[in-house]
Amino acid sequence: MNAALRRTALGLATAGLLASGAFVTGPGAQELSMGISASVTSVDPHFHNLTPNNNIASHVFDRLVHMDEKMRPGPGLAESWKTIDDTTWEFKLRKGVKFHDGSDFTADDVVATLKRVPWVPNSPSSFRLNTQAIEKVEVVDPHTIRFKTKAPAPLLPIDLSNVRIVNRKFVEAPTADFNSGKAAAGTGPFKLVEFVPGDRVVFERNDAYWGPKPHWQKVTARILTNNAARVAALRAGQVQIIEQVPSADLASLRADANLTLHRIVGNRLIYLHLDSFRDETPFVQDKDGKPIKPNPLKDPRVRKALSLAINRAAIVDRLMEKEAIPAGGLLADGFFGVSPNLKADPFDPDQAKKLLAAAGHPNGFKLTIHGPNDRYLNDEKILQAVGQMFSRAGIDTQVATLPWSKFASDASNPKYSFSVMLVGWGSDTGEVSNPLRSLVATVGPGRGVSNRGRYSNKEVDALLDQALATVDDGKREKLLWQASELAMKDQALIPLHYQINIWATRKGITYAPRADENTLAQFVRPQ
Amino acid sequence: MTVFVIRRLMQSILVLFAMSAIVFFGVYVVGDPVEILVSHEADEAERARVAAALGLDRPVWVQYFAFLENALGGDLGKSFVFGIPAIQLILQRMPATFELVIVSFVIAVGLGIPLGMYAGYRPNSAGAKTIMAGSILGFSLPTFWVGLMLIMIFAVEMQILPAGGRGPVGSFLGMQSSLFSWTGLGHLFLPALNLALFKLALVIRLARAGMRETLLLDYVKYARAKGLAMRRVVFVHVLKNIMIPIVTVLGLELGSQIAFSVVTETVFAWPGMGKLIIESIDKLDRPVIVAYLLVIVVIFVLINLVVDVLYSVLDPRVRLAAKA
Amino acid sequence: MSAAHEAVFPAEAAPARAEANWRRVWREFAESRIALAALAGVILVVLAAVLAPLLAPQNPYDLRQLDILGNLLVPGAKSSAGYTHWLGTDDQGRDMLSGILYGLRISLGVGVASGVIALAAGMTIGLFAAYAGGRVDAFVMRIVDVQLSFPAVLVALILLAVLGRGAEKIVLALVIVQWAYYARTVRASALVELNKEYVAAARCLAFGPARILFRHVLPNCLPPLLVVGTIQTAHAIALEATLSYLGIGMPLTEPSLGRLIANGYQYMLSGKYWISVFPGVALLLAIASINLVGDQLRDILNPRLRR
Repeated sequence: MNAALRRTALGLATAGLLASGAFVTGPGAQELSMGISASVTSVDPHFHNLTPNNNIASHVFDRLVHMDEKMRPGPGLAESWKTIDDTTWEFKLRKGVKFHDGSDFTADDVVATLKRVPWVPNSPSSFRLNTQAIEKVEVVDPHTIRFKTKAPAPLLPIDLSNVRIVNRKFVEAPTADFNSGKAAAGTGPFKLVEFVPGDRVVFERNDAYWGPKPHWQKVTARILTNNAARVAALRAGQVQIIEQVPSADLASLRADANLTLHRIVGNRLIYLHLDSFRDETPFVQDKDGKPIKPNPLKDPRVRKALSLAINRAAIVDRLMEKEAIPAGGLLADGFFGVSPNLKADPFDPDQAKKLLAAAGHPNGFKLTIHGPNDRYLNDEKILQAVGQMFSRAGIDTQVATLPWSKFASDASNPKYSFSVMLVGWGSDTGEVSNPLRSLVATVGPGRGVSNRGRYSNKEVDALLDQALATVDDGKREKLLWQASELAMKDQALIPLHYQINIWATRKGITYAPRADENTLAQFVRPQ
Repeated sequence: MTVFVIRRLMQSILVLFAMSAIVFFGVYVVGDPVEILVSHEADEAERARVAAALGLDRPVWVQYFAFLENALGGDLGKSFVFGIPAIQLILQRMPATFELVIVSFVIAVGLGIPLGMYAGYRPNSAGAKTIMAGSILGFSLPTFWVGLMLIMIFAVEMQILPAGGRGPVGSFLGMQSSLFSWTGLGHLFLPALNLALFKLALVIRLARAGMRETLLLDYVKYARAKGLAMRRVVFVHVLKNIMIPIVTVLGLELGSQIAFSVVTETVFAWPGMGKLIIESIDKLDRPVIVAYLLVIVVIFVLINLVVDVLYSVLDPRVRLAAKA
Repeated sequence: MSAAHEAVFPAEAAPARAEANWRRVWREFAESRIALAALAGVILVVLAAVLAPLLAPQNPYDLRQLDILGNLLVPGAKSSAGYTHWLGTDDQGRDMLSGILYGLRISLGVGVASGVIALAAGMTIGLFAAYAGGRVDAFVMRIVDVQLSFPAVLVALILLAVLGRGAEKIVLALVIVQWAYYARTVRASALVELNKEYVAAARCLAFGPARILFRHVLPNCLPPLLVVGTIQTAHAIALEATLSYLGIGMPLTEPSLGRLIANGYQYMLSGKYWISVFPGVALLLAIASINLVGDQLRDILNPRLRR
């Protein structure tokens, strides 16, 4: 390239830079950048039932019922609801609500949404679970709708808090139309500007929003899956808020005068599941490496001993930077249905040894515990710490961690490959029937879907069935207490701790922290 | 020549075929994508529905033949996770990776050739020794560790460059790229530098070795004897001579650089193809993994082909027929 | 790194040095003080790795010896048992000095084991390809070309995603990505040797191919192999560290240096530098020494630089 040509090219390049308005300024007063921790796969609200997707969709779409930050149901697009009889719910819809494209929101949009949910092609995880209780929909008037259910469905309002309402025009719009923005006209506080998979989602404020108006004119949700990168972006001021603050950074973030932390007890339990089903379990052996029959984990005394061998306070203190609560049940205090009688087991290695001896294992046994290494906050660290504690209690423990992709396939139905495994469970409904039904109930249709230890107790099952058919909140709560107390007495699983959800913001910005781990720009505000 | 190209292409198709089979069955061995995709509350019915929707309810070899059939028609399948064609997903991410790779090459060549030539010209000077020690470091330090240190220093401590992510893209002649926006360039600098280090060390060594060898050659001695200025000898005759191996090597390294950006993209949260493949492996998103590999293989084959052909054009001593 | 390797170690350059005089090699090697220091570094690293169980104050794999209540101790701090952790402890209360010694053992072990196996496999294949010639040779070399045209990190990534985790799986993955370098190097040298008179003489004596190849040809192919071997071992160690960083290498319960670095990096922002920095230094020492030794060997054994 000769010099003259080079100069021309340079000139062109500069002109291009100027013309394209490439000199982008930093975020202004009404602009917000959020550091999101997980990849968003679509903005179609019915495509993939996945927390990060739902989180993003909640900016653009409303639900009939909105959960508050403590996961208590409250009015959304529905102003009120009540049961007409045991199998009929009536919802009164909000009037004067408009979609982003200007059309009015009516009961027809709800009908269209319910039709679209099970329809979405190629959906890797549908919202059918949230709507399947509904047998028939009846539009009373444009702002009153009734749902007939097959059986009493006390949780229907909660289920519907996960179903985002789309415009009836888009009942058959494919997922691609939502991703491109064409069909992504909801009623929510923000309008979708742009979705760049793997990188960012951009919103602008919906000035016609029916609820409290969000502060930010423009919001960019940046996907920063790497923990260090997310924290560094906050410190450097490129984002104003981050979610899923890594424990290792808490100490320094607390000390940073430019930042503020916002915390709330979350809906997630970290626990150990124990194979209490098989007569011979693959990862328990005697000290000579021979299988033990019967499987010691079937004995509630052994399960209790394992629980007593764990120093929960040490895990919380040393690995979770104190941002967790030692657990004795399935869900933290304060959520619906949590029995006040359930307390975390104390750390009592002596009693653990006594129980092991009483169960016929005075010298302990060999055990391998499994867990994922990329799924839950500090998962593999917690597992190693548990390994230490079991070893001290005389159980010769090996620790094996796997990527979630492998762990989940191996640990679950139908393989059930492991004996003791570390898992986490976030209760989507924010009440106790949810973990009871999925983790503790005997494996069967719609029950025990994540019961990877295949624990089974007829009494617990019966109490749960009864609770799920009881519409009266007071009565249902008592039944849930009983069921969870029974399961915990039997040590159906070993709870370790409840997570505390933490957000970090730049100074001068507040967030109403949420138990459901969502990061919603409408609740981020200047101080 | 034509025979050579055709033979090369035939081989590549065999490679593509073998790779697709290995990955297809490999992913099947790792785990069940349905288990990773469904909601944790999904019951048997929902799992069965997902398996059917994604075509995972059939025996794996049936799935493979269905895949082959579609692939011949140019359809590599839809991503399980994103629900859009895998190839489209990869093409969306490709520009981000390419701009990273290109800038890293510019850094590697722009710095590496002068440094390497100096180190070869004055091999015993302190400067040359420092440069060579630096290049050994460049070879020895794992990319991820350097990346982490760069973030620590420039983004966290000094706060002069962004810690990660791709900045806003500008457009120029219809192309969208971070290269055309100042903020975008700022975001690009650290990851590109990180990715460049290994290649920089390589270019320095190549340039130094070339310099040392060429200076010993008779024509250089002759040129000096004839009274040509050293400057002229080095910058005209020697530079020309050492550029051939460097260009060849870099051409071939282009592919490995694209692959190695997996590491840099992970460290810097750079939304390119590399980050996509890591995420797809985590989620067992088989169509994307397979498509990514096929794309990489095609890129490799093309690059190698172009380099080989160019090489034979540039250097008549190399006869392709003999090689094939 | 196929092309890099090809450029830095041109295959056609090797045979001329076939009659390498080992004494001369050592004399020239010792001319460089840096190279000697690097050799000392290699010996130190190897000794530390081999003797780790004797040197390390703690067995970091024995969970009973770890105490989470003594985690994240700063270097020089005393544990509750009164023991001084000179390099501090990590998040599990693992003594970092012990962790690094054992980690070095794994990193080096993986690097050397994969190097030796790949060398043995590649050498055998390369020798026989050269001896057989014709179609066999062409076929083998096509496979080598294909193998070399794929970036090591990607192949290892996919292999480990399929195989799962563990030292033996990493070794297998590294062997698969490395063998072709050796095969190509040996073949190039062997082709030249096979044309020499002593091979013709051996053939006349009706020696079998195995005897000719391993007793007569191979010793003359060793110099380039040695160079490739050192450099490849350094590469293998770095690659293992990278894979561990990406989360598909060694498990956290048996950490290699790369795993220790990755694990410790989480604590860097909080100022707990020792968990990541010390293993980083050990890794750098190991790789840089091996590279420097390889570098010097290359300079000596490259005939084009003979003055």
